[in-house]
Amino acid sequence: MISYINGIGIISPQKTAETTDFLSEAVEYYADFLGCVDPNFRTYIDPIASRRMSRLIKMGVASAKMCLADGGCNMPDGIITGTGLGSVEDTEKILGNIGEGSQLTNPTPFIQSTYNTISSQIAIMLKCNNYNSTYVHRIFSFESGLQDAMMHISENHENNILVGGIDEMTQNHLSIIRRLGHWKMGPANNLKLLDYSTPGAIAGQGSAYFLLSGQKTETTYCKLMDVRTFYKPESIETIESGISKFLADSDLALEDIDLVITGINGDFKNDEQYYHLNRTFFNNLPLSYYKHLCGEYLTSSGFALWLAANILKRQVVPPVILLNEKSPKRLKNILIYNHFRQINHSVMVVSA
Amino acid sequence: MAQRVYITGIGIITALGNNTEENLSSLMEERSGIGEITLIDTIHKGKFPLAEVKLTHEELLDQVGLPHKSNLTRTALLGMIAAQAAMHSAGIDNAKDSRTGLISATTVGGMDRSELFYEKFLADKSKGQLRDIVNHDCGDSTERIAEFTGIREFITTISTACSSSLNAIAFGAQLIKAGLVDRVLAGGTDSVTKFTLNGFNTLMILDKNKCRPFDDTRAGLTLGEGAAFVVLESEELVNREKKNILCELTGYGNANDAYHQTASSPEGTGAYLAMQKALEMSGQTPERIDYINVHGTGTSNNDLSEGIAIERLFGENVPAFSSTKSYTGHTLGAAGAVETVISILSMTNNVIFPNLNFSTRMKELKITPVTQLKKEINLRHVLTNSFGFGGNNSTLIISKC
Repeated sequence: MISYINGIGIISPQKTAETTDFLSEAVEYYADFLGCVDPNFRTYIDPIASRRMSRLIKMGVASAKMCLADGGCNMPDGIITGTGLGSVEDTEKILGNIGEGSQLTNPTPFIQSTYNTISSQIAIMLKCNNYNSTYVHRIFSFESGLQDAMMHISENHENNILVGGIDEMTQNHLSIIRRLGHWKMGPANNLKLLDYSTPGAIAGQGSAYFLLSGQKTETTYCKLMDVRTFYKPESIETIESGISKFLADSDLALEDIDLVITGINGDFKNDEQYYHLNRTFFNNLPLSYYKHLCGEYLTSSGFALWLAANILKRQVVPPVILLNEKSPKRLKNILIYNHFRQINHSVMVVSA
Repeated sequence: MAQRVYITGIGIITALGNNTEENLSSLMEERSGIGEITLIDTIHKGKFPLAEVKLTHEELLDQVGLPHKSNLTRTALLGMIAAQAAMHSAGIDNAKDSRTGLISATTVGGMDRSELFYEKFLADKSKGQLRDIVNHDCGDSTERIAEFTGIREFITTISTACSSSLNAIAFGAQLIKAGLVDRVLAGGTDSVTKFTLNGFNTLMILDKNKCRPFDDTRAGLTLGEGAAFVVLESEELVNREKKNILCELTGYGNANDAYHQTASSPEGTGAYLAMQKALEMSGQTPERIDYINVHGTGTSNNDLSEGIAIERLFGENVPAFSSTKSYTGHTLGAAGAVETVISILSMTNNVIFPNLNFSTRMKELKITPVTQLKKEINLRHVLTNSFGFGGNNSTLIISKC
């Protein structure tokens, strides 16, 4: 089921859109949550259409267009989006107007709160009648989309599938997750994420779209070998054997992996498991992390995949992501491992 | 060659009843589940009819045998009831005996509880009970169903508006064909919430009377709630375990109308393409389809667009068709699975359930739906449509074995 990543469009808290730079200077925040370095949306979206769109929809449509331009594709054979929460801003507008005396008359927030709005807005903009779907399962959202895309490609190698992961953060949503204890209680410095010995992660957001195909082109970044999700693995050994089997299915072993990108997010309870695996299972491998750059959100693995694809294409590792003294000797195979509260686990492997 | 995919179990809960038998007898007796709003506390009470599942939160918990203090949303509970019934109907005691996946679909997730939370929270950020918000997202109900049925191997959730659960069934079949799993529990669940009612009210597409799909005087849809699941199994597993088969899932198609965020195109482009793709996969010609369970919401726009697409594809020989939303209301994310289960009930009982509340043919169309219960009719291939906002159009074809 190997697919090639032939194009990428990404809007994130880092300077990732409209640049050829690759994290030479990471953007530093001291904030409650990381915002995005927005592109000029007018380049991608007609101003009349743009006026009605909420922020998430703009981000999705713009990054999808960037991705297609990057991969030199006008009409994808499928459009797939993964989003954990959809448009939180629109959902909150309706929830703020729910009970007695509700004066809600404008249908736009309801329409945009529907999870499939991003995939469908992309389709409308491209006039693309092809396959269209949206996955909404916590940190599996983006990965399920990739799996769907890869199945299309294995059936038809010529298919070009646009697949993305997107989520946003709002002040209200931040307050709620803070009360649940999953975010840091006050503002924090993202580039000093691992210096805090406090519970909670730094919240973030972003949108990353990828153009996947069964065929290599001159814009190819790397091969996406496989993607897998694990729900509630019984023990740490189950995760270890799951990852070994996952790699073996792509004819790889842990020794073949040149760099591991982990989902370490600065919440010591959450990170415990990564550190344990780092000490034991991943022992001797160069390790890295990325959530100090984009923050924690349900589809952050899109940022990790962008990172891995660029590392392989450019054959360089930005020092800002390295976790241990080991730097990779070659850059051929990268493993991405992320988990959500130790319940949902996902792995991807990409190769040069 | 890719494996064939069979349907070996079904489970359903709607306004028509709490299990398959109750749903079937309501359909056979042409008894609609649409009525006055009784359970949900809304400002729209008395203004619109609704197709509610007539069980309170506590009664739903009793159905699944869990204590009343359990923190579960209405969407999760409806899903758990239908999912368990489907597994039971397929004779599966242990989901772990084969590689089993769960693909669920929903459009509102735990919104029934988020509403309670947000009302207090927005007035004071330190207020609102956290137990009411932890189940907000769409993944929650799926994971509750996974816990309840013991499925671990592969789980995910799809949300493509009103075609969500049809896409869940199609994706499930795709996973089996790709050899990633041997069996999938696939379907969807949605509860009626104030969020949905208020939202649809802003779109001004709710009929003040019971919905009248494909009628010239139709004036909108009637919302409903419920859940339905099917068990899909690979040819190999079915042969090995000598399973009882309900039907074969022979085709599915997904296309986007790419026209407008809420309105469907005048030519029914997306609908036409979805049906065409499904027919192509099933290897059937249009004349081999014996019945269409149409999407037929009762909105002016959908029924016209869908009708035109059907006339384009089937020409002079449009098969018998009806919209069973006149019984169940529009169950949104659950609709695709609800109507797949109803299509299976049609096929296995050799009946076509009539389209209720129909009196006048639409002036733009030549076709009219079935209005009398048709018995002892051999349905070899049945097609069902589910179309959603955002132009997400999907079609599924089941075939008699």
